Amino acid sequence: MRNLWMFISKYNAFFLLIIFLIFSFVLLINNNSYQRASAWNSSNLIVGRAYERVNSTASYLNLGQTNDSLAAENGRLKNQLKTSFFDDSVASESVNDTINQQQYTYIVSKVINNSVNQKNNYLTINRGAKHGIKKGMGVIGAKGIAGIVLNVSEHFATVQSVLHQDTRISATVNGNIGSLVWGADSYDPRLAILKDIPNHVSVKKGDRIVTSGYSLFPSGVEIGRVTRTGIKGGDSFLDIELWLSTDFSKLQYVYVVNNLLSAEQQNLEQANKVQ
Amino acid sequence: MGRVILNNIIRFFLLLGLQVFFLKHIGYYNLATPFLYILFILLLPFKIPNLLLFLLAFLTGLTVDVFYDTLGLNAAACTVLAYVRIIFISVTVQREGFDNEPDPSLGIMGFRWFILYATLLTFFHHLVLFTFETFRFSQFGYTLLRVILSSIFTILLILLAEFTFFRKKMR
Repeated sequence: MRNLWMFISKYNAFFLLIIFLIFSFVLLINNNSYQRASAWNSSNLIVGRAYERVNSTASYLNLGQTNDSLAAENGRLKNQLKTSFFDDSVASESVNDTINQQQYTYIVSKVINNSVNQKNNYLTINRGAKHGIKKGMGVIGAKGIAGIVLNVSEHFATVQSVLHQDTRISATVNGNIGSLVWGADSYDPRLAILKDIPNHVSVKKGDRIVTSGYSLFPSGVEIGRVTRTGIKGGDSFLDIELWLSTDFSKLQYVYVVNNLLSAEQQNLEQANKVQ
Repeated sequence: MGRVILNNIIRFFLLLGLQVFFLKHIGYYNLATPFLYILFILLLPFKIPNLLLFLLAFLTGLTVDVFYDTLGLNAAACTVLAYVRIIFISVTVQREGFDNEPDPSLGIMGFRWFILYATLLTFFHHLVLFTFETFRFSQFGYTLLRVILSSIFTILLILLAEFTFFRKKMR
């Protein structure tokens, strides 16, 4: 005991250093949030590493169970997904205008089936008779025309796309009316042909081709741009090749054109034939 | 004896006032910051007991800490400084000479001894100070650069202060 006391008093400076250092350390760590956080972190580092190791080993043992539970979770979530439900709400816009009587309304619908590489291509949309779609209505995409409604069921409708050999759509270029066909000699989903434009009409590359308004579509809906004229020589009509503005392979949402006055027009035209 | 105590009290207030009100706002970015107040601990008389030395050093550091909002940081650095001072003096100064050499100032101990003394003590003080401030050993090179640059700054100020008072004492 005496020796210990002598030892301490001989090296008193060192022990004093230890005492005062400990004291200032306590002050430092208790009063400065940065040092406190660092101190806890560095002391936790070892503990944390150990836990991490143990955890990663344990998780391997439970891998099968984890996979099962994840698959079940995925199934449950997929059931809740919006795409699992049939979207039944119709967004059709119409303006009540007393000066200009509304002739066309548009029914928004989603393309749920689509083909572009066949000789005759069809779309299927998720709107049907229930939503007011009838056979023969025009269908417009975001960038241009898409096709004509062919068959209608309760909830769905099929659309005869522009990319169909029997589709004829009345179109104009620079005020001259012709008819749009596809599939005469090429099956490129971006190219169509405008027929029956007389030879004397001057048509330049890049001219806009729009709907005429004679058929199911309102007038002035974009169809495409002229790429080549006079494909076949020696005829009295120009065959104009055009680049369709609608990319059918990327078509997602379309608008079905509802012509409110079509019944009246058809009745009147029917009367001509009867006479 | 009384004069020595009075001298040290005046020095304490002068240096700490200078430190916390003036030198606190001076520095080369974060790299070189002067800590002139350690001159007070450097200039305490040779005969001071170890316990008193530690106590004074600790309290001086604590006072600076209160103004710097870093409680315990300068106190720890000053405690280490006091320990280094005790070792350095016990190695370089004969105990019998204490009577004729009252305190380790430049005028009494000579330039060569004093510059070694100041450099070593300042370096250890700054080393502890900046290491504890950073509180990690990553980027230790940057911390060491700060220690060295700050030490140079502090030593220059210590020499400046010592030369100023050195002349007065000779008169």
